[in-house]
Amino acid sequence: MARTETNDKTTRLDAIGARGRLADRLEQVVLYAILVVLALCYVVPFLWLLSNSLKTPSELFTHPVKWLPATPQWVNFRNTFTTFPFMLYLKNTMIVVVVNIIGSVISNTLVAYGFSRLEWKNRDRVFVVVIITMILPFQVVMIPLFILFQKLHWIGTFLPLTVTCFFGNAFFIFLFRQFFMGIPMELSQAAKIDGASEFTIYSRIILPLATPVIATVVIFAFIRTWSDFIGPLIFLSNDKLYTLALGAQQIMTAYDPKWELLMALGVAMTVPVLVLFFLVQKYFIQGIAMSGIKG
Amino acid sequence: MALANKKRTGGERLTVILFLSPWLIGLAAFTLYPVVSSLWFSLTQYNVIKAPKFLGLGNYVALVHDKTYLTSLWNSLFMVVFGVTITTAVTILVSIILNNRKIKGLSVFRVIFFIPTLVPVVIVAILWVWILQPQSGLINSVLGIFGITGPGWIASPAWAKPSFILIMLWGAGGSIIIYLAGLQDIPEALYESAVLEGANFAQKTVYITLPMLTPVILYNVITAIIGVLQWFAEPFIITSGGPDNATLFYGLYLYQNAFQFFKMGYASAMAWVMIVIVLALIFTLFRLTKKYGNSE
Repeated sequence: MARTETNDKTTRLDAIGARGRLADRLEQVVLYAILVVLALCYVVPFLWLLSNSLKTPSELFTHPVKWLPATPQWVNFRNTFTTFPFMLYLKNTMIVVVVNIIGSVISNTLVAYGFSRLEWKNRDRVFVVVIITMILPFQVVMIPLFILFQKLHWIGTFLPLTVTCFFGNAFFIFLFRQFFMGIPMELSQAAKIDGASEFTIYSRIILPLATPVIATVVIFAFIRTWSDFIGPLIFLSNDKLYTLALGAQQIMTAYDPKWELLMALGVAMTVPVLVLFFLVQKYFIQGIAMSGIKG
Repeated sequence: MALANKKRTGGERLTVILFLSPWLIGLAAFTLYPVVSSLWFSLTQYNVIKAPKFLGLGNYVALVHDKTYLTSLWNSLFMVVFGVTITTAVTILVSIILNNRKIKGLSVFRVIFFIPTLVPVVIVAILWVWILQPQSGLINSVLGIFGITGPGWIASPAWAKPSFILIMLWGAGGSIIIYLAGLQDIPEALYESAVLEGANFAQKTVYITLPMLTPVILYNVITAIIGVLQWFAEPFIITSGGPDNATLFYGLYLYQNAFQFFKMGYASAMAWVMIVIVLALIFTLFRLTKKYGNSE
């Protein structure tokens, strides 16, 4: 009697197990199917951009659509460099990008040091102010800044796009602070006993240790400035100073936007960003994740 | 002794101020000063050339009577209600699937969903013009394979806003990363005890995952709302607000007032109404989630 009961139970459990395994398999298949379809939706636009960048103008407009160019028009890329003032816009973009990178690293490491390695009253409360400034809409400060820069005769120069980066950026301060807090205080104490000043500790101990986070911020700053559109649109009234992002938009709204060249420009502007992202992917993703969890 | 001590703290205070000085100057010059003067401009008529003329609350009264303004407000609230909700639902769903132990290749999928956020906005705009193109665009061509005649997307007043929801979804990979980090912080023990009590996937999601994830959801939703109300670059480049003002979003109409009509005072008033709307939405969200989740 007892034995039959146990037997019953094991067969039942076996049945549940088999059904469970089957359900598991099925669940897995369904989940993968959803993911793959969605992932395709995210990837295909990139392939579409690439395919379009290699088409002839007439291939772009054919109906029904041509998925791939008959012969890839690699010449589109060469024409991008020669048809637009590409090199000028690239030079302008690089000037703004390089200054932004330098400014962001210098100013935000200093400020983050003050918020993490120095002890002072209400430090963490004041840090909340840094976080709050992150949610302030740009539209609120945009108009007074434009008027201020106009009075300073900065409109039509690179100054509005470069000076501000030397005065702290909440997100970068946050990233650096998070990293600096993880460095043991004993290192600073030992250096202090040897008579090192805070600035020496900052430049000789903390900065060398912070290389990964500095690399991340450099690439964040690069991507931000490289892609920035509204800043150049508002502050650069002089077309000799246009950045690639603004130049591309101007070409697009022009009388005859050479779409196939714009697509090639699109590829040329996206590839460097992706390459840089893959270089520091791990830290980059950690940085994004952190902003949501601890922020 | 006391004197030496005081001197030391004085020096320490100076050190703190020196380290913080970039931020302190930036806060004063590029945040506080603009915020205060924006509030002042919002009370004036100001076209940059002539000095501001005080109007009191005139701009705010004019906003209520400005039909175009109300359209832009409606368009953006549409995006807040539908765009943010759909984006939140999809990103949470994807994150929960990716967080499933049985799913391999998490890091590959995570990167796939994230990389669109790295594409410069101008290129996003150029790309989506060609995805949404009614004749030779990507979406309608794919629909054509299945014998479906796709809508006019950005060329149609009815489909223009849904088009922008698609663009929004494509750029939402950042929140997937944040959700995944949040999901990984949920203690495994909670799920184990739920399984012992026979909970299925749906129950685990509703009673454990979503409540535990509430603070993260709140963060992502608030960031998304602020982003949507400010949304400017893509609509400006792709449609400039058309067709028939269907994509004239708040941030775009604000820009037009400021830099195309040079109504700086009026645009500043719009910016302040935006702040009030953002704060009201944040406040409401906090009130709503207090009952549901365990957010601090």
